[in-house]
Amino acid sequence: MKATDQVQNLAKQAKTSRLRLGLALARWEVQLVILLLLAVLASSFLSPYFLDVRNLFDMTFNFMEKSLMALAMTFIIIATGSVDLSIASTMAMSAIAMAIAFQAGLPMGLALVVGLAVGTLGGLFNGLLIGKARLPALVATLGTYALYRGLGYSMLGDLTIKGFPDQFNYLGQGYLPGTPVPFALVLFLALAVVFGVVLHRTTLGRFLYAIGLNEEACRFSGVAVDRIKVLLFTVSGCMAALAGAMLAARFGSTRADIGLGFELDVITAVVLGGVDIGGGSGSMVGVVLALFLLGIVRFGMSLLNIRGQVQSIVVGLLLILAILLPQIIRRLQERATPREGERR
Amino acid sequence: MRSPQSAGSWARRLLLLLASVREVGIVLFLAILIPLISMRQPRFFAVDNFRDILLDIAIVSIVSIGQMMIIIARGIDLSVGSVLGLVAMVVGLMIRDKPAFPMLVAVLAGVAMGLFLGSINGLLVTKGRVPSIIATLGTLSIYRGLVIVISKGEWVDAYRVPPAFVQITRAPLLGAPALIIYALVIAVIFYYFLNYTRTGRDIYAIGSNPAAASMAGIRSQRITFLVFAITGTLAGLSGVLWASRFAAVANDTGTGFELQTVAAAVIGGVNIYGGSGTVPGVLLGALLMGIIVNALTITGISPFWRLAVQGLVILLAVIVDAIIERRLRRVF
Repeated sequence: MKATDQVQNLAKQAKTSRLRLGLALARWEVQLVILLLLAVLASSFLSPYFLDVRNLFDMTFNFMEKSLMALAMTFIIIATGSVDLSIASTMAMSAIAMAIAFQAGLPMGLALVVGLAVGTLGGLFNGLLIGKARLPALVATLGTYALYRGLGYSMLGDLTIKGFPDQFNYLGQGYLPGTPVPFALVLFLALAVVFGVVLHRTTLGRFLYAIGLNEEACRFSGVAVDRIKVLLFTVSGCMAALAGAMLAARFGSTRADIGLGFELDVITAVVLGGVDIGGGSGSMVGVVLALFLLGIVRFGMSLLNIRGQVQSIVVGLLLILAILLPQIIRRLQERATPREGERR
Repeated sequence: MRSPQSAGSWARRLLLLLASVREVGIVLFLAILIPLISMRQPRFFAVDNFRDILLDIAIVSIVSIGQMMIIIARGIDLSVGSVLGLVAMVVGLMIRDKPAFPMLVAVLAGVAMGLFLGSINGLLVTKGRVPSIIATLGTLSIYRGLVIVISKGEWVDAYRVPPAFVQITRAPLLGAPALIIYALVIAVIFYYFLNYTRTGRDIYAIGSNPAAASMAGIRSQRITFLVFAITGTLAGLSGVLWASRFAAVANDTGTGFELQTVAAAVIGGVNIYGGSGTVPGVLLGALLMGIIVNALTITGISPFWRLAVQGLVILLAVIVDAIIERRLRRVF
């Protein structure tokens, strides 16, 4: 009797541990890590120079601006199930405001503050349209997408401003002293931790999920939904301005057409990171992993001399597959194990 | 005591009701705008200029009608600009390399390709259950990437496009450039389709109340697929028309076009949450945008202001919408 009990227990344990492994494997973050490793492996086959520490660090320069904006976009998608289409335009507008302030004779530090302030105000305006005037986010930010880019053009036309001081350019081009670690990467990782802690460890973070799942219920429970929305879009504008400054520092110049189409790449990264486009679920770890995955994939393709626009075919496919594949797997599983369904 | 007040509120009600009909709102706005522009620049109020405006908005109008149907059915199609660009490139290359190609075949090939690309969107949204904003964001990138793959970075130049192809849009038809007539015919067809056919009414039904629609036996998946397929077809046709009108195709042809179509729809009073919108409204929305762009150019305002003004118009339209709707709810 006892022996059979033990056997049954063991079987049960084995089953639960296998279940656990299965669950862990089913987690999107884990799949992302596997994809990331595959991408690294493929890239290192493509080029012997890929797996060089300096090279790996340098690669990150290319997507830090988008990554900064993705942090705020994650919050927005989780809480509203909608997106901020205006980020790339906000980025251009604030970088231009900064550059013009600098050209007008302001010290670079103050000019940077001007840029950040312009972006934050742009975000606040979005927030007021969405949180206070209750406009749909998609439409409101579609309007400001045109408005902010247009304001950038009206300020600068098709000119280029350059000649920023070296200390400023360091923000976008420099490394931590004595290491191959880019400053931009450190800044992003630090902010990712901050955003992650806010999302996963604070009341505000829980509210974001709650609003995304059931906005009406949140309103009735006394959550300041409108104010949180205003805050989210303001933060998004501020992050876009920061990204604009980083991009200006990396190129050592700025123009009115910088970052065209960045909003699509940012949304792609966030959704690929496992954030539900309908709102209410997702994690910061997933988004950070997806950002690096996309960065490596794009870098690997440029090692193969594939044009940027052709790379976007792969990015687009990844985005669609990210949503399509889990559903197909789920449907196949449901078909394969009907008993699982019966017991439930 | 009460009668003057109720008379006042009656008048106010009537005004609100009138304002809530978007077509009336835009026409009133245009009635104020057009004299103002004409005073500043008399050249604006000329037959030639109006023909230019109509030519400029014809292609946007055609695709905006499709975009409107998708929005009514609670979706959005961000890929229309890429579909237009891809079809324009393929047809442009075809025409350039084989000028003897029958023009009708070129047009039909473009339309069929648009139908195919739109059907992929439709399948992703219905069978794949991918939210339309994500599915079409993905195909936006994919179709645009394919443009470069096919063109290998080349352009189709104006001087290598055969005149017969250019004539598709430029030849006079019923006293106007053919392109304008095409847009009008398509508008009339879809006005009829949306208002007087069962399928057309079903689009509104699944947009305004999906649960009720499915209980009424409407196959919403089919309808959703249909609107994406139709919009792809219209975008494909527009790609051919674009290549013919401008006699040139670049790799970035049609970039940002999707936002113009959404803007025309939103300004034209299409509810972004689905369920309502009309063909005349969308046409007026496109016309309003076209007149504003034309006025900026003709009055000599820097073209760099164009985008900013377009953004303001979109915001103004939706804000006015929100205010009227709130008032209406309070009054009635």
